Amino acid sequence: MAELLRTHPLEGWTTRFERLPDTVRITVEPYVAMVDVRLAPVGAEASAALGVDLPTTPGTWVPAGAGRAVWLGPDEWLLTSTTEAPEELEARVRAAVAGLGGSATDVSAQRIGLRLTGARVRDVLVKGCSIDLHPRVFGRGSSAQTLLGQAGVVLLALSDAGDDVLVLVRSSFAGYLADWLLDAALEFTPTPDR
Amino acid sequence: MQLIACPWCGPREEVEFHYGGQAHVPYPDSPAELSDEEWALYVFFRDNTKGRFAERWNHTTGCRRWFNAIRDTTTYRFESVYRLDDPKPPVTELARSRRSTAP
Ligand SMILES: [Zn+2]
Repeated sequence: MAELLRTHPLEGWTTRFERLPDTVRITVEPYVAMVDVRLAPVGAEASAALGVDLPTTPGTWVPAGAGRAVWLGPDEWLLTSTTEAPEELEARVRAAVAGLGGSATDVSAQRIGLRLTGARVRDVLVKGCSIDLHPRVFGRGSSAQTLLGQAGVVLLALSDAGDDVLVLVRSSFAGYLADWLLDAALEFTPTPDR
Repeated sequence: MQLIACPWCGPREEVEFHYGGQAHVPYPDSPAELSDEEWALYVFFRDNTKGRFAERWNHTTGCRRWFNAIRDTTTYRFESVYRLDDPKPPVTELARSRRSTAP
């Protein structure tokens, strides 16, 4: 029987990412367990059960153990974990919110993460993103669901200097977005000597 | 491009949104008693207001929530946005409805 190997949708882009300068680094994040949580209202009971205060301010994320809790809507969050398997995370979160009328769905296969680091990250992103990414308003802890080029993304600010951003994109859009990012970063990429 | 202020996410470009038609069209109180004509009025017939109009919008590529907006259909200017659980702005401020679609 043929062996089914798990491959990353951006495996074919690795060498092109390696050619990027330090001012625009693109690192493909390893697979992370992600669970979509629907819950309303959210209060102390939910915080105690989940072990994290779900952020209620639109456009924010908070650290949650070995992962993050990202605001997706007034009754919706994305919980990630780097230490639990997707089914473990789903089971734990579901057990925590089920009694409160909430739900938890494993969406680990939905999105992949691209981490953009370097002084030119904001110059690259603004070529296809209309929201204000200046660190003054988009510092660490900020998040945004918006369009980057033609792809819907979730942006997470990981630093206060605007030089460290995690881009979550649907797996089927990853190739398009990778090409778009490489094109946007072209002016900062040294051309190889001939 | 015009910016639309999502009640949750704040101002975003209008390509992030989708139109959802007239707002505040109430679901019939006793649907089983409606005639075919009354159903048709509820399902298909909407006001065609010239001027300020209360309508539904969805922030499709953002938070994916529905909300309501007052938009002037002659200028396309958004005058205000409000959440679904906010009360409808006073009717006198809106252009007069041609006909109520409520059964
Ligand atoms: Zn929104």
